[in-house]
Amino acid sequence: MNTTVKKTCIVCPMGCHLEAEVSDNGEILSVSGNTCKRGDAYIRTELTDPRRTLTSTVRLCGAGAERYLPVKTTGGISKARLMEAMKALGEITVTAPVTRGDVIVKNFLGEGADLVAGKTVDAG
Amino acid sequence: MEDKKIIIIGGGPAGLAAAIEANNQGIAPKDILILERDRELGGILNQCIHAGFGLHMFGEELTGPEYAGRFIDIVRERGIGYLCDAMVLSLSPDHEVAFVSPTEGFCRIRANAVVLAMGCRERTRGALNIAGTRPAGIYSAGTAQRYVNIDGYLPGKRVVILGSGDIGLIMARRLTLEGAKVLRVCELMPYSGGLPRNIAQCLDDFDIPLYLSHTVTAIHGKERLEAVTVAKVGDDRRPIPGTEEYIPCDTLLLSVGLLPENELSREAGIVLDRITGGAQVDETMQTSIPGVFACGNVLHVHDLVDFVTKEAYRAGASAAAYVSCACASNEGHEPDTAARYLPTEGKNGVRYVMPQKLNANGDLNADTALFFRVDNIYRDRSVILSVDGKPCAKVKKRFLEPGQMEHINLNEDAIAAIREGSTVTVALD
Amino acid sequence: METTEKMKYDVCIIGAGITGAMTARKLAKYNVSVIVLEAADDVAMGATKANSAIVHAGFDAECGTIKARLNVRGCAMMPEEAKELDVPYKMCGSLVCAYSDAEIKHLETLYARGVENGVPDLKIIGQKELREMEPHISEEAVAALWAPTAGIVCPYELCIAACENASINGVVFKTNFRVCDIRKEDGIFAVSNGTETVYASYLVNAAGVHSDEIAILAGEANFPMHIIPRRGEYMLLDRSEGNTASHVLFSCPSANGKGILVSPTVDGNLILGPTAKAIDDRDDTATTSSGLEEVQRGAKHLVPGVNTRAVITQFSGVRPTPVGADGDITKSDFCIFISKAVSGLLHLAGIESPGLASSPATGEYAVALLAEMGLVLTEKETYQKGRPEKIRFRELDDAERAAVIAKNPLYGKIICRCETVTEGEIVDAIHRPLGARDLDMVKRRTRAGMGRCGAGFCSPRTVEILARELGVPMTEITKCGGNSVILNGGEK
Repeated sequence: MNTTVKKTCIVCPMGCHLEAEVSDNGEILSVSGNTCKRGDAYIRTELTDPRRTLTSTVRLCGAGAERYLPVKTTGGISKARLMEAMKALGEITVTAPVTRGDVIVKNFLGEGADLVAGKTVDAG
Repeated sequence: MEDKKIIIIGGGPAGLAAAIEANNQGIAPKDILILERDRELGGILNQCIHAGFGLHMFGEELTGPEYAGRFIDIVRERGIGYLCDAMVLSLSPDHEVAFVSPTEGFCRIRANAVVLAMGCRERTRGALNIAGTRPAGIYSAGTAQRYVNIDGYLPGKRVVILGSGDIGLIMARRLTLEGAKVLRVCELMPYSGGLPRNIAQCLDDFDIPLYLSHTVTAIHGKERLEAVTVAKVGDDRRPIPGTEEYIPCDTLLLSVGLLPENELSREAGIVLDRITGGAQVDETMQTSIPGVFACGNVLHVHDLVDFVTKEAYRAGASAAAYVSCACASNEGHEPDTAARYLPTEGKNGVRYVMPQKLNANGDLNADTALFFRVDNIYRDRSVILSVDGKPCAKVKKRFLEPGQMEHINLNEDAIAAIREGSTVTVALD
Repeated sequence: METTEKMKYDVCIIGAGITGAMTARKLAKYNVSVIVLEAADDVAMGATKANSAIVHAGFDAECGTIKARLNVRGCAMMPEEAKELDVPYKMCGSLVCAYSDAEIKHLETLYARGVENGVPDLKIIGQKELREMEPHISEEAVAALWAPTAGIVCPYELCIAACENASINGVVFKTNFRVCDIRKEDGIFAVSNGTETVYASYLVNAAGVHSDEIAILAGEANFPMHIIPRRGEYMLLDRSEGNTASHVLFSCPSANGKGILVSPTVDGNLILGPTAKAIDDRDDTATTSSGLEEVQRGAKHLVPGVNTRAVITQFSGVRPTPVGADGDITKSDFCIFISKAVSGLLHLAGIESPGLASSPATGEYAVALLAEMGLVLTEKETYQKGRPEKIRFRELDDAERAAVIAKNPLYGKIICRCETVTEGEIVDAIHRPLGARDLDMVKRRTRAGMGRCGAGFCSPRTVEILARELGVPMTEITKCGGNSVILNGGEK
C-alpha cells in the first residue's frame, strides 16, 4: 500500500508543506505541495539520503579580540554525520588573516562539500 | 569631527545598505558617516552564523557574516565613512547627533539627513513577569547566541527554550550541535512564530519537542538555575492549574519577541507607531521629522534580512534626495513643503501597515510596497488593497502567519484612485 | 593559633546591611579597629538590597519609641550623608492618600503622631491640591498627608558608599563570612564561620533578618523577640514611566505595613510594591505570581493609569519583622539595646522599615552606646568623610564627558546602552574598595545591566571585562557569587 510522507521544505523561507506518495518498495510516486522544482528535489533527497549544510565556528588565532571564525560547508553533508563533523571542527584552528570564502578543508569528511571561512578577518 | 551630509545610526544590514545606496545616489563617501556601537560593522548578523540569508537579494543562501560581509566590503572599497565603538547618545530634531567613542571622544556633529538603523532588542524575563528566584542561567536567545558564536562559550548544558521565534529555534539547533541537551521548546501561542523550515531543520532534525500553548510559570534555583515550572495555557493564554510540570535544567533561553530600539527616536520627538514600536514613516521611509529616515528592525521587526536591505536602500536613496534637494534649494531642511499625507490602515486580520502614510504628491508607483503582518494563522485567503473602500488589488495567499512579514504593492488602479483625504486599506477578505 | 599572635579588633560588626554599614562609617571617625562580617558575597545583600528606597519622614512610628526618634533624626541627617558619600538623594516628599472619611481620620492620627515625633512641615491637603501635585492620582483619593521632608535614595548604593567610606578609613570587611559560632574567650569575642575566627572586644549584632539567631549564638539566652521574615515583592518600571509620580505615594497603612506604594526612584524609574507576606525561609527572595498581581492591583489603586506593562524587573526582599513576647507586630520598636547577659554585646536588631531612613542616626546612636559600654573613642585626624571619586558618565555635561575620555579612553566606550554606562566605570567598580567581582556587583555599583534590555547586550561584555580585570577565565565569572556561574557549559 502507498503511504503519504509529509515534510516541511527547508530550501527557502517559504517553507512549503510537501507531500510525497511513496510505494511499498520505497519508490517516490509523486510529490505535491511544492511551489518550485527545488522542493521536489528536496523531498526526494530527504527520503533517501538527507543532507544538511553545517554552519559553526572554529578557533581563530592572530586576530586580537576575535577568537572564533564562522565557517560553513559549501553544500550538504550527511545528516547522520553532523555530530561527527562538529567534533572534527573542534580540532581546527585557523590563523588570521583570512578571507571570506577561503577553503579551510577541501572535501570535508569526504562528503563532497568544502569547509570555507564565512568572514574576512584581518590580522590584529 | 566635522559635520556630514548623512549620518547613519547603526552599522548593521540596514545602515550598511542605506550608506551604499546614498553613495550610489551621488553622496560622496566622505560625506557619509556610519556610527556603529559594536566593535565591528555587521550588527547582529555577525552572530547569526547559520545559513538562510540573501535568497531574495543574491539568489543564494548565505550565513549572517557572509551576507554582512558583502556590504562591508563595498563600504570599505568605496571609503564610505564609518566609526565603530561609537555610541549615539542623543539626536535632536535639527539633526544634531551626539556620540562618544574611545578614539574620537565626545562629539556633537550635524548632518543634512539622518538615517535611523539601530535595530531591535529582545524582550526580557522582566517583561514576561515570570515569578520565582533570580539565578544565573536565564538568557535571551540572542545573548546566548553571542556567547556561543562570538565568545565561544556554552551558557549551559540542559536547556529549556521559551518562545519558538526563529532565534529560539536556531539556538536550539546550535546548542545541540555544541553538545548541550535541549529538553524542549515551549510556545505560549497555539502556533509557532518561527519559519516552518526552522521547525523542521532545527527541532525535528534533533528530536527536540515543541510544546505549543505552554509557558514557563516559575523559576527555581538560588545561584544557578535548577529547574523551571512549565504549564499548559488555555485560550486566554493563562496557565491551567494542574498542568504544571517541574523540569530540571540549568538554562532557560527566552525567545519571546523583538522590540525596535527607539529610545533615541522618542527623545528626538519622532512620532512612533504604537503597534510596530517603530517610527511612523511615509513611502520614502521619512519619519515625522523632515530629513530623518528609518529602516530595518528599528522601523518594524523583519523576518528576512533581504527586506531590511531593500527598505534601507529606499531610506538611503531618500536621504540622498533630501540632501540634494536641500542643497539645491539652499534652504536647509524643508525641501518638500507640498507633501499631502494620507493614512494607511490594516483591517480584518492585518495588524499594521508600513508605511503608515503615503504622500499623494510624492512618487507613488507600482514599486511602492505596503508591508504588513497578520494577527493569526490564515489559510487560503486573499489580501485586498483598497482606496476609500474600493478594492484595487487582490493577492491570493495559501498561508498567512504572524511570524512572516507580507507585502502588497500599489498598482495603477490604486494610484489613480488616491485623492486628498483618501485612506489606503490593506485587509484580508 | 596562639592568642598572642591573633589580630584582635576593638569592634566586630556582624552584618553589612545599611545598619551595619552606617555603624561602621560612624565608628571609622575614631581611633578604633573595626571589622565587618557579612554572610553574603557583597554588602547590602539583605533587606537593604530590596526595599522601597524611601527615606520616611517619621510619622509612622509610635511616639516615644527608639524607632520614632531615629527615623526623624535619620531623615534630617540624610541630605548631608548623601552629599558626603556622593549618593543620589532627592527630598521629593511623600503623600499618604485617603479614600474615605475613616481614612481622613487616620491621616489626622498620623499627623498628630508626626508632630509629636518632631516631623517638620506636615500638612493635610485636600483633593484639589493633591491632584495638582500628582495629576495621575486616583480620582477617589480625597485627601492626603503631605510630608515634604520625606525623600528617596538608592538603598544599596547608600550602603555600598558607607562601606567604601568605612573601608578607606581603615575598617576591614569580610564577605562570604557566615557566622556560625560565637564564644567568649578571656573576655574576648571569638566569632567563627567554621574555618576562620575573628576576635573582638565588642560585638555589634546588625544581622538583619538573622539578628535573633545571632543574638542567641552570642549567648543572649532571653532575647526579647524573634524575627518573622516578611517578604515584600516589588516591580520596577522603565524610566519611560518615571514621571507617573513625582512624590512617594502611600495608601493608608494597615496592620500589615504601609501597603503598596508608588514612588519615583533616584534613577528615574518607578517602583511599585511591596506586598507583606510572612514566610518560613528567611533567605527566600523569590517572587510569586499572586504577589506580583497584588503589587499591580495596589499600584492601580493609587494611580489607575500606571503602565505596569513597562516593567523592567521584579524582585523581593525579606524584612526582619520583630515580634515581642506578646506577639504584637504593630507596636514593636527596633530592638536596639546593650546586652545585660553578655557584656560587650550591642544589639541593632529587628530593624525593618524605616531602617533605611533611620540608618545614619542608628549608626550614630550605636557609637554612643558603644561609648557607654566603655569603648574609648578619640577622633581620627586622618578621617575622610567621603569615598573615592565616582564618575557617572550619564550625568556629565559635554565638556566633562570630553575631559574624562581624554584622560581615559575607556570612558568613551559605552558598555550598557540602556543606562549609558562606560567601560571606564565598570573597570573602576572592579578596582574600588570592596570592588565588584561578579555581574550583579557591577550592576549595583554602575547600573550596567539595570535597564530595559535586561542586560542582554552588556552582560557578555561585562563578563569579558570582569575576567580580564580579575585575571580569571570567563567561565569563572558569576552572576552573584557562589555557584551562579554564567557560562555553565564551559568553553567550546
